[in-house]
Amino acid sequence: MAPDDAQAQVSRIGDDYAERYGFHDPSEYLKNAPVGISHALVESMTRVKGEPEWMRELRHKALDTFLAKPMPTWGNTGLLNAIDFDKIHYYVRPQDREGRTWEEVPDDIKKTFDRLGIPEAERKFLAGVSAQYESEVVYHSIKEELTKQGVIFMGMDQGLKEHEDIVRKYFGTVIPVADNKFSALNSAVWSGGSFIYVPKNTDVGIPLQAYFRINAENMGQFERTLIIADEGSRVHYIEGCTAPIYSSDSLHSAVVELIAMPGAHIRYTTIQNWSHNVLNLVTKRAIAHENAVVEWVDGNIGSKFTMKYPCVYLKGEGARGEILSIAFAGDGQHQDAGAKMYHLAPNTSSRITSKSISKDGGRATYRGMVRVQPNATGSKVSVECDALLLGTAARSDTYPTMEVSGEAVKVEHEARISKISEEQVFYLQSRGLSADEARLLIVNGFIEPFTKALPMEFAVELNRLIELEMEGGVG
Amino acid sequence: MSSSLEIRNLRVAVAGKEIVQGITLTIRAGEKHALMGPNGSGKSTLSNALMGHPAYTILSGEILLNGEDIAKMPADERSRKGLFLAFQYPVAIPGVSVANFLRSAVKARVPKNVKDGDSEAMRGFRKTLKAAMDELSIDPAFATRYLNDGFSGGEKKRIEILQMAILKPSIAILDETDSGLDIDALRVVSDGINRVCGPETGVLLITHYQRLLNYVKPDFVHVLIHGRIVRSGGPELALELEAGGYESFGLAPDRAAGG
Repeated sequence: MAPDDAQAQVSRIGDDYAERYGFHDPSEYLKNAPVGISHALVESMTRVKGEPEWMRELRHKALDTFLAKPMPTWGNTGLLNAIDFDKIHYYVRPQDREGRTWEEVPDDIKKTFDRLGIPEAERKFLAGVSAQYESEVVYHSIKEELTKQGVIFMGMDQGLKEHEDIVRKYFGTVIPVADNKFSALNSAVWSGGSFIYVPKNTDVGIPLQAYFRINAENMGQFERTLIIADEGSRVHYIEGCTAPIYSSDSLHSAVVELIAMPGAHIRYTTIQNWSHNVLNLVTKRAIAHENAVVEWVDGNIGSKFTMKYPCVYLKGEGARGEILSIAFAGDGQHQDAGAKMYHLAPNTSSRITSKSISKDGGRATYRGMVRVQPNATGSKVSVECDALLLGTAARSDTYPTMEVSGEAVKVEHEARISKISEEQVFYLQSRGLSADEARLLIVNGFIEPFTKALPMEFAVELNRLIELEMEGGVG
Repeated sequence: MSSSLEIRNLRVAVAGKEIVQGITLTIRAGEKHALMGPNGSGKSTLSNALMGHPAYTILSGEILLNGEDIAKMPADERSRKGLFLAFQYPVAIPGVSVANFLRSAVKARVPKNVKDGDSEAMRGFRKTLKAAMDELSIDPAFATRYLNDGFSGGEKKRIEILQMAILKPSIAILDETDSGLDIDALRVVSDGINRVCGPETGVLLITHYQRLLNYVKPDFVHVLIHGRIVRSGGPELALELEAGGYESFGLAPDRAAGG
């Protein structure tokens, strides 16, 4: 079958549901019920998408779970309880999103694009003005290379259609629907996200980015990502980018599941930079089998409030997990981020490095959990949390939890809160840097362990972004 | 114009207490002045005030760098105008490599509207750094190490001299550069000072002990007691001081014994 035919077929899937189930026009139905969540909405979503019965059931059950589960009583309860679930768009098709124009994009976001030097086409994509990042040439050559290797890399919706067996086997196995209120919400109304399968002993040489994905949708509100790295394979996935992602909707709640089979290596890099009106409530978890390595590199710069605690289940002997995160909380922002490591097998090792910067009225919280099961003998744990406070109104809290029950376990834990010292600023000023340049250099140094883990162009953009966030002086 | 630093009747207070009580001193290009004094005599207060540390208040007097009063300028402006302070205790800047830091310092001297590619100093930075490190026998690995982070006392002082070599100040103040160095490190650092400070540079060596002056020969020696210069003379003054101690210059014996 020619690709075009396949496309056409895919797009026709679900066309007959309208007649079969009595909806005159499913898209009409969606237009008439654009906000609020209900079984009717879930039903119409799953039909428009033409999903198999098991996914339809999963969505409905997830909705029941979501409705039944209480709101978390920690984090930032004021903001959480203020979410009005009846006023949120749960499913917006790409063609509806394209209605947005460049003029509607806020000026500060445009200014940031300018300062970061983001190319024109990419700006429109990031601002949600165009549905696709228009770098077709790059995209095609990468796609060919991946196909040759047998790597599957596509949107989650397409993955469900074309690789239903794989998706069904793994979907929701790392993060069960009922894990938490927001994983249940995502499971009920998910749309978009990435699906990746890397065959045995395959090294995907280049980092995979959502840009290169076929029919890349806009960054969704409720995207769902599933990555399976088969035995001995290696993959680096990069989500988001340093430029701000503009959204008029207030809630973003993603679920990301990673499975590293024996000996596999997955690195998942995120630079979260949602506009400052977004609540970002994300569940990310990985399973690392025997001798597998999972690394979360997680940067949180944007959003009004983020709750995100990437997690690794070290399930197989010799598995290794690493979580490297930074959070930047400017005035009016609350970054509640952290890390979780579960040592479930002998000789597993984990390392958590968390760096947070709070500026002016910003608030950064580190929330961590390390559990070592009794059978996880010979395991190693290292946790390092550094908080940097800029200005007198900034706030930082640390909630590290450690439950170590194994024997012969090596645990290292360090937590520090610091301010930029007058002596450091004076030292750099005495070499010609202005006070602002001095503070920026110190902040960039503070997050250096993180920037070092990024591909060069991301590191450069991130440093420029921090520079922007630092502007306006420190009180 | 040859460079100069003129300190006129300078009085400096720290935390409301007057420490430097009227110092007058002129340093010209090519000259090496040693300012010697016991602990608490005001040596570090003077060097910090000259560089512009915000915690040090200038009560009265003038600091003229090449004829221009810099007493009210922030430290970075003084630096860009050619003043340099080698610190007694250089602070660590974790995560910022020596090379990255020095690049930023050099860039701070390039006008903001000039792109890196159009600036001779920026384009040649790598070469300049390598040459300076070779000249001072500094292991190239130091370029990528984080600034003063975990450096030994001797390593910190050598990196201070490296900074001076790159920034090429017209006036350099070396604040107790000899402190905490063993004899081998002292020799290496002194050798660095002699290489870097040529006829274009005026130098103020601030020191407690005479031993640095065995390696870096001063043209003038000044003795600082209680925030005032009590004697000035040639190199022989340092030897006199070594023989008789600060007591012979009017310091109370109990203060002098403090070392």
